[in-house]
Amino acid sequence: MLANYGYKDASGDFFITIDTDKCDGCGDCVAACPVNVFVVVDEDPNDPLRDEPVAMVAGDKKKKIKYECNPCKPANKPPLPCVEACKAGAISHSW
Amino acid sequence: MAEEKKQEFWRWTESNWKNPDIDWKAAKFITVGIDVGSVSSQSAIMTDGQIFAYANMRTGSDSPDSARNALNYALEATDMPEDRMDYCIGTGYGRVNVPMADRSITEIACHARGANFIYGPEVRTVLDVGGQDIKAIQCDEKGKVTNFLMNDKCAAGTGRGMEVFSDLLGVSINEVGERSFKVKEEPPGVSSTCVVYAKSEATGLLRKGWTTEEVLAAYCRAMAERIYSLVERIGVIPEFAITGGMAKNRGVIDRLMPMIKLERMKIKWDTQIAGAVGAALFGYAFCQKGKGREK
Repeated sequence: MLANYGYKDASGDFFITIDTDKCDGCGDCVAACPVNVFVVVDEDPNDPLRDEPVAMVAGDKKKKIKYECNPCKPANKPPLPCVEACKAGAISHSW
Repeated sequence: MAEEKKQEFWRWTESNWKNPDIDWKAAKFITVGIDVGSVSSQSAIMTDGQIFAYANMRTGSDSPDSARNALNYALEATDMPEDRMDYCIGTGYGRVNVPMADRSITEIACHARGANFIYGPEVRTVLDVGGQDIKAIQCDEKGKVTNFLMNDKCAAGTGRGMEVFSDLLGVSINEVGERSFKVKEEPPGVSSTCVVYAKSEATGLLRKGWTTEEVLAAYCRAMAERIYSLVERIGVIPEFAITGGMAKNRGVIDRLMPMIKLERMKIKWDTQIAGAVGAALFGYAFCQKGKGREK
């Protein structure tokens, strides 16, 4: 499942996509993110029949990821720590 | 000063329904789904995976109360005692605040599952336009979510916005769709769907001499465009189904469908109950797996 967390408002589209089929809930993204955008939960709330843990964007962050993620997004576009930390390649950003 | 009773144009009819052909006494598992949304609350009672009864009500200021009212209203239609239910799942905004629920599941999973049931397994894209958010969901033939996007930060283009407009223009919410087509020429959409900005823009248009119908048409168009921009992000795979209260508003949906270039699926069920039905179906799946309530 492609889980898009974030929002669209008048200033643009801000979504972090987690491919839950690739995610195994290892938690590397949680450690890599300097502002704790990610959490790993034992039960995927969007897929109650799944048994393995899965990463998702924390509830208190998903409405402000434009600002939370901003420090990792300077103009020269280095790789994002969360995208780089995820060995499975499950994380992507829309902006 | 003269007392004035203000008419509530936004108020829609609450309803409950029972399937007369189902005998609950014969059922093995009776599961209940309660969807406490931001604007409306639904409950669905299902007997072995079939819809037995449901109720659709307005959410009050108190989630547990709203859940209780919705369940009682559905039970009212039947002669089933409440303690007969085997499993109860809460969903929607107020899902953690449903006191009788055994567990809660997000409305994304429930809407996909519910749409899969009420529209049929051909559904691949579900658009849920609720009271305060828009969800675009793709699912497989079993109703399992494969891709979803939810905009819950901004209420632009949602049911509550439409309620505000029906009140502003003094048009009953049930008539908004029909009235919005009674225009000589389709006006361009209002420039912002943000409820606050759109409201002040609409007031300006009315003062400029636009008719109520033209303003409604302009707002419906802007909402359709807003909804389309979200649906477009995840893409539309046929068949396409719409759930939630906005599915009943022709003014928005008939303007949205030409943009998507697809036919929407038609059903006999109330589109607002999809979330509650999905929740009840998950309950049924848990019971079948032996993960039901411990007795």
